[in-house]
Amino acid sequence: MRQAFIEELTLLAETNLNLFLIVGDLGYSVVEPFAERFPDRFLNAGVAEQNMTGLAAGLASCGFHVFTYSIANFPTLRCLEQIRNDVCYHNLPVTVVSVGGGMAYGNLGYSHHATEDLAVTLPLPNIRVIAPGDPFETRLATRELCKKPGPSYLRLGKAREPTIHAAIDGIKDLRTLQILQEGSDVMLVSTGGILEQVKAAAERLTQSGICAGYSSSPYLKPFDEAGLLSIALKTKIIISVEEHGVGGLSSLISETLHRNNMNTLFRCLKTQTENYKFVGSQKHLRAKHGLDEEHISSFAMTCLADLADAT
Amino acid sequence: MNYTDGQLEQKSLKLRRSVVKWIKHAGAGHTGGSLSCIDILNVLYNRILNVSPENFTSPDRDRYVQSKGHAVEALFVVLADAGFFDESDLETLCCYQSHYVGHPTRKVNGVEQNTGGLGHGLPICVGTALAGKMDAKDYRVYTLLGDGELAEGSNWEAAMSAAHYKLDNLTAVIDCNTLQIAGRTADVMNSEPLVEKWEAFGWAVRRIDGHDIAALTEALRDPLEAGKPSMVIADTVKGRGVSFMEDVGKWHHGVPNDEEFAKAMEGFDMQLAAKEGALS
Ligand SMILES: Cc1ncc(C[n+]2csc(CCOP(=O)(O)OP(=O)(O)O)c2C)c(N)n1
Ligand SMILES: [Mg+2]
Repeated sequence: MRQAFIEELTLLAETNLNLFLIVGDLGYSVVEPFAERFPDRFLNAGVAEQNMTGLAAGLASCGFHVFTYSIANFPTLRCLEQIRNDVCYHNLPVTVVSVGGGMAYGNLGYSHHATEDLAVTLPLPNIRVIAPGDPFETRLATRELCKKPGPSYLRLGKAREPTIHAAIDGIKDLRTLQILQEGSDVMLVSTGGILEQVKAAAERLTQSGICAGYSSSPYLKPFDEAGLLSIALKTKIIISVEEHGVGGLSSLISETLHRNNMNTLFRCLKTQTENYKFVGSQKHLRAKHGLDEEHISSFAMTCLADLADAT
Repeated sequence: MNYTDGQLEQKSLKLRRSVVKWIKHAGAGHTGGSLSCIDILNVLYNRILNVSPENFTSPDRDRYVQSKGHAVEALFVVLADAGFFDESDLETLCCYQSHYVGHPTRKVNGVEQNTGGLGHGLPICVGTALAGKMDAKDYRVYTLLGDGELAEGSNWEAAMSAAHYKLDNLTAVIDCNTLQIAGRTADVMNSEPLVEKWEAFGWAVRRIDGHDIAALTEALRDPLEAGKPSMVIADTVKGRGVSFMEDVGKWHHGVPNDEEFAKAMEGFDMQLAAKEGALS
């Protein structure tokens, strides 16, 4: 995803002369195409995320659309007040980009896991929050952010995520819930790079004779409420899946369903604080938190069985 | 055990060899910044710190917090050498469910403080040093910072407060290897002139060769000046001890391939043979 992002940004910067990229001493061997092509619109602000974000707000107030770039929770939690007061409140064109959303930097430990970033950015004023599910969604998100600059948070996976959409042209409107497969028994709704696990889980369920669908919600703010409600009318169970704790996609969905008096069964899979003490590869940690294809599919089976028992 | 300077130099070579060996074994690690700080850790743990596996739970022990947590491999080999755990534990380095992971965690015996996000160590040490003063304890507090890490504003907030509270029981060391991830610190975010900056913040400052065992010992042993926190700026070489890694930015994080690994081991064998010759 980080590759798709930097390729798009570099391309867009050819014609959009206001695009500016600032890194917090990260992105080595990723951001060079941009840095070499546009040295006047690139800065390494050093290991100083608060200053990087404040500086971005200053540049943005003078007409630039600034992208700040770092990993995990450094460009969000470390400088949250700068994002809140200096960027969002003043509705300035700053896009915060984080590589390694979730537990992509698993082996580096909790200090390098981003599992609360959605919860703290979603309530901020004027912000758009986007967590693409594959490289195609990443490209489109980057284009849209450049077309309509404003306070925004782009939460990326890391590297080598598979493409899930068949083609980039197949994505009609990135702002809507991306239904990749319909499912009348269960619909898995995910956000971010966990989409690949969700797809695999849906395939397993289908093989077991269950009508299972899966979808991606790249936009978390604004959230596609209408899309969710139409899913709710067409399926028995909605299960959200995200590499993030409480306060992200699951909270958006439960709030939307509740506010609209929908009683479609809703269950969520997310990270649990009691498991934050574990360290390991992303693969291991996803399994620990019940976020890999095995757990997602068996969880869906259990939910369906419970529903059948209850009716 | 009382080591001579020469014996500690020899130990540093062995510790560096272990760093490269375990990073190769794990397939991940912060190589350059671990190699640059080995002499500092070696002197601290073998000459300065009143901390051992026996007294680690004592409230009177000296504290060492590694603020540049990414150089965890250096800390692990030094702690293993000091008897906090068996070096063979590092077989599990970076494995799932191992406690020996990419940044210091208190699950590992001997680790004082979890670190990983840069710019946390010094403020925490101001707190432990302040507690020492309030409790009238004699323990000393040490922390290790990277030169790139100094760009974090939290360090300068801590710098101001340590002087304000007159924490002469606190010594900070900068592993001044002049490189960070994306290049030279001087090009990315120049932190010099360091001596003048820290003096202006009210610290007693000494700048030394960070690979000189005797100079490190001298600078780290006692507070540099009564009533002031001490800053030891240790000029070091990133990747020290492996010819092709020395002062090369890309070895910040990186694992040698088989050929490079063999070359590195050969280099250490030669350096150790020369050192043994000199000692005998
Ligand atoms: C708050 C924060 N931002 C970014 C990082 C990522 N990071 C890890 S090491 C490093 C460079 C540090 O350079 P320096 O302090 O000079 O360390 P050394 O050269 O000793 O390895 C960066 C940016 C981090 N760990 N924490
Ligand atoms: Mg450095």
